[in-house]
This record gives sequence, C-alpha cells and structure tokens, in this order.
Amino acid sequence: MAIVRAQGLGKTYRVADKQPGLAGTLRHFVSRRERTIQAVRDVSFSIEPGEFVGFLGANGAGKTTTLKMLTGLIHPTSGTVEVAGSVPHRRQADFLGRITLVMGQKQQLIWDLPPLDSLRVNAAVYGIEPAESRRRIAELAEMLELGDELRRPVRKLSLGQRMKAELLAALLHRPAVLFLDEPTLGLDVNAQARVRSFLADYNRRFGATVLLTSHYMADITALCPRVLLIHEGRLFYDGSLETLTQRLAPCREVRLELHQPMGAEAFASYGEVEAIEGREVRLLIPRERLTEQVGRLLADLAVVDLSVSDPPIEDIIGRLFHQGALA
Amino acid sequence: MGRYFTTLRVFWIASLTAELEYKANFLIELVATAGNLVGSLFVLSLFYGRGQSLGGWSWEAALVVLGVYTLLEGITSTLLQPNLSTIVAHVRTGSLDFVLLKPIDSQFWLSARTFSPWGLPGIVLGAALIGFAAWKAGAIPAPLTLLAAALMLIASLMILYSLWFVLAASSIWFVKIWNATEVLRSVLVAGRFPVSAFPTGLRAFFTFVVPVAFLTTVPAEAILGQASGPWLLAGGAVAMASVAVSRWFWQFALRFYTSASS
Repeated sequence: MAIVRAQGLGKTYRVADKQPGLAGTLRHFVSRRERTIQAVRDVSFSIEPGEFVGFLGANGAGKTTTLKMLTGLIHPTSGTVEVAGSVPHRRQADFLGRITLVMGQKQQLIWDLPPLDSLRVNAAVYGIEPAESRRRIAELAEMLELGDELRRPVRKLSLGQRMKAELLAALLHRPAVLFLDEPTLGLDVNAQARVRSFLADYNRRFGATVLLTSHYMADITALCPRVLLIHEGRLFYDGSLETLTQRLAPCREVRLELHQPMGAEAFASYGEVEAIEGREVRLLIPRERLTEQVGRLLADLAVVDLSVSDPPIEDIIGRLFHQGALA
Repeated sequence: MGRYFTTLRVFWIASLTAELEYKANFLIELVATAGNLVGSLFVLSLFYGRGQSLGGWSWEAALVVLGVYTLLEGITSTLLQPNLSTIVAHVRTGSLDFVLLKPIDSQFWLSARTFSPWGLPGIVLGAALIGFAAWKAGAIPAPLTLLAAALMLIASLMILYSLWFVLAASSIWFVKIWNATEVLRSVLVAGRFPVSAFPTGLRAFFTFVVPVAFLTTVPAEAILGQASGPWLLAGGAVAMASVAVSRWFWQFALRFYTSASS
C-alpha cells in the first residue's frame, strides 16, 4: 500500500508577460498580457512506506512545485495526489500531523529565542504532552548531537547547528512522511555528513518515508536507493541510482600512467581519448568492453599505473541538464 | 478548543520571553505613549479653551473618547500590530508555508502568535483616563452600563482587528501592503475625537466606510451611560459581521496563495 501516490499530476501557472524597464511596466499596466507556464506535467509515481527517495532536477525543473502539491500548499491543476491516505490540499489536521516539510532556505525557529522555546510552541500546536515532548526532544537531540545549542538563541547558532535544530522542530510530531527540500543547503562538508547520517538513522529507526531534493549529489548517493528525475516538468526517470548512472554514462573512465608519452592515435583502438597530459592519459571505454580493453592495454603498452572510475554523477547530471537534451 | 488555549499560553510566554531580550523598549514605549497622550490632551484643550464644546460633547466626555482611543492604541501595539504586520513578512519570505502546514487554524496562528508587552503603558494610561474622565463627567457605574461598556469595547476591538486583518491578508496579492496598514492607522487617529465633532460628510465616512465611530465614540457613549439601544445593537452587528468577513476573506485569499508558487 503506497503512502505517496501521484497520478497524472500537473500544474500550470499564469504569469504576467512583462517587458523589462519602465516602459515595459507601463505598457503592462495598461494592457495586461499573461501566458501560462506548465511547471509540472503528467507526473505519476508512488512511494512505499519506509522508502528513501531522491528527487533530482535542475532549478526550475518542477521539483519544488511537486513538493508543494504533495504537502498540500498548492492545488494541482490536473491529476490526483494522495499522501498518507489523505488528499493533501484539503489540509486536514490529521494529515498535517503525519507529514513534515523542511526547507533549507526557509526557517521556522524563532530568531531571538533558543530552539527549546520554538519546540515548546510546536509541541503545543501538535498537541504533544509535555512529558512526551521532553522525551522526544531528548531522543532527537541525541541523534542530532545537539546539546547546549538548544538553550542558546537561534541567532547565535551556526548554520549547521541551526539546520539540525530546524530538523528537530520539523520532526517533533514524529511525521510518517518527510519532504526535505535542500536540507543541506550551504552547510560545510562535516555538517552535511552529520545531517545525512541523521536522516539515514531516522529513516531506519522510525520507518519514516523520505522524499529528498538536494543539489549535493553526495546526499543522494549516500541516502537514496531510488531516485526520481524530473526534467522540464516531466518525470524522466524513476528507478535505482545505479541504473540511472549506467544509462546516462555508458562509459567508464580509465586513467593510465605510461612509461613514456605517446600520441593520441596509439589509443584509438582502445576507446575514446578524453585527454593526454604528458605521460598521463584518460580514456572513455564502454562498460561492456571494459575488461577486454583494460586487459589489452596492460598487455600492449608499458603501463606504470591504471585506474578505473565512474565519471562523477554531478558531472553526468550537470551535463545532462546543461545540454537540456534527455534521450 | 483546549488545545487552542494551551497553544495561546505557550505563544505568549514565548513572545514575552523574546521581547524581554530588549528591555529598554519598555521605557521608550512608556515615554512615547505619555508624550502622545499629552499632545492629544493639548489639542483637545484648545477646542475647549473658551468654554466651547466639541460636537455637543463636554470636556470630560471628550476625554473619555480620548481614553478609549489610548486604550485601543495600547491593545493595538500589544496584539494587533505585532501579529498582523508579520503576515506581510510571512507572505514575502514564504514562511507562510510553515503556518499553513501546522494542524491549527492559520488565522488563529497569524492573529495570536505574538504578544508584545510594549503596549501595556497605553492600556494602563487609557484605562486610567477613562476612569478619571468618566468619574468627572458624573457617569454612574451601574452594572448594566458597565456591561454595555465592556461589550462595546470588545466590539470595537473586533472591528479594528478585522479591518486590519483584511488589509494585511490582501498582501497575498499585493505583497507590499505595509503602507496600506499605515494609512489605516493614520485614519484611526480620527478616533481621538468624538465622531460628531467632524463635518457631516466625514461623519458619514467614519461611520459607514471606516467605522471609526464604532471604535471610540460608541464605546465612550456606553461608558457614559448615554448609549442608545439601536447604536449598541448596530455596534454588535458591525463587530460580528466584520469578524465573519475577515474569516471569509482569509479563506478566499488562501485559495489564491495555494494556487500560486512563491
């Protein structure tokens, strides 16, 4: 029984079509022209309870719009959504108590007060008994490695500490479905790693379902066995990250260090030459011929060192979005 | 319902704690309120300098109006202004999303989230002025008069709240509505004087368009025991209607917010 189900989901916006500058503004004021933008079209997927799903897409691909439809903040123009057994945009109290939304660029903690005061507010709003709320705060604080920070005004916390406190505030009511929009945005590498391990831990411990968007591919590779890829409003891929990599990058990269420099023509029969810098050569070799070609390279040439790697997923997906072409 | 009271208590304790981080504000606000009051008293005294009256109101009765105005100003600074002005910020920064995701009435959250103690001097000074002026004017504190006065004060608050809330809620379309609420506040300054002191055209405007009359004049009449039945009823009806309109308007505005992106 799926806990998140989207069927033929679509959203169109009407936006003002306005020329830049004062003249454009005036003209717009006199005769308003609008055009419709199809932000999301015909997106269908379903997520089982306990799944950890990555949600990928370039800026403006329709990720946030989809998240907002799933959390009930906006109405879909077409299609149906069901989350935790409810229709999100009805915003019934029962539904709201079962989900949470964390946005890396927005915060809900009270700026001038310690996080504990904001937590008290949330506990009251969600109707959590004081004793129970204390128990949950202690548990989550331990998982997040938060201690004294909860007693310091939010404005005096570092970005990483603040984000962890935000997570605590968003999870106090123990939601079954977590929508995380860039939760590691702007954090340094250490803080990112801690947030990441917390999310994995939380997902395991409470069996929560998580849908995560992130610009940091490390978040996705570490956490999400399954990814949804959205491009220009359409669902382009739904499956394992590994298959996506294979599909998008059919070649692997082979780095060679040679005994002495050689010309590019010497490698033509092994694979595509990516770069040659003195004695170092980088080749792209199709996956299915990798073993064979590496064997030949080692046999034929005076190789000092050889390594095989996947091109970084950031590069693959970045290139993909940059080109705008998805075949 | 019980959850709303618990929530309200937690809301106000949290905001009091936050405000007390800035203790000097209290002194500043006290001085500002007292200064304002002295200024209004001076203007009012000019009208009465040569034994004239203002719209048929005696000096003491006019002081009651000023007292009600000061009291309202105090409540405004305590509850209305701090809460309703953040609606605009919520819309602009998109943090309204967090409010909408809470399993609690969003209008309640937006209207009662903060409690700022800085309006308390105004409330105390206003109440003191009302008491003093009503006593000087020879008002008799009969139970029925007190009840009518309390009801009209509550009605006046409800009207003021609804007007302000509707204006703030329209930021969902216009985003920068800050100036409009300031305009509202300046119009309300007219409430310092009895509404009958204004020329007929303005009087109609302050009764039927922006119901300033119901904000200060009608409660003052009730305090002085001069209120007529029809006016009391009208006050109550206007109050109920404006709160109902504000609730309807909020639901209507949300329909637009929730069908757009931010």
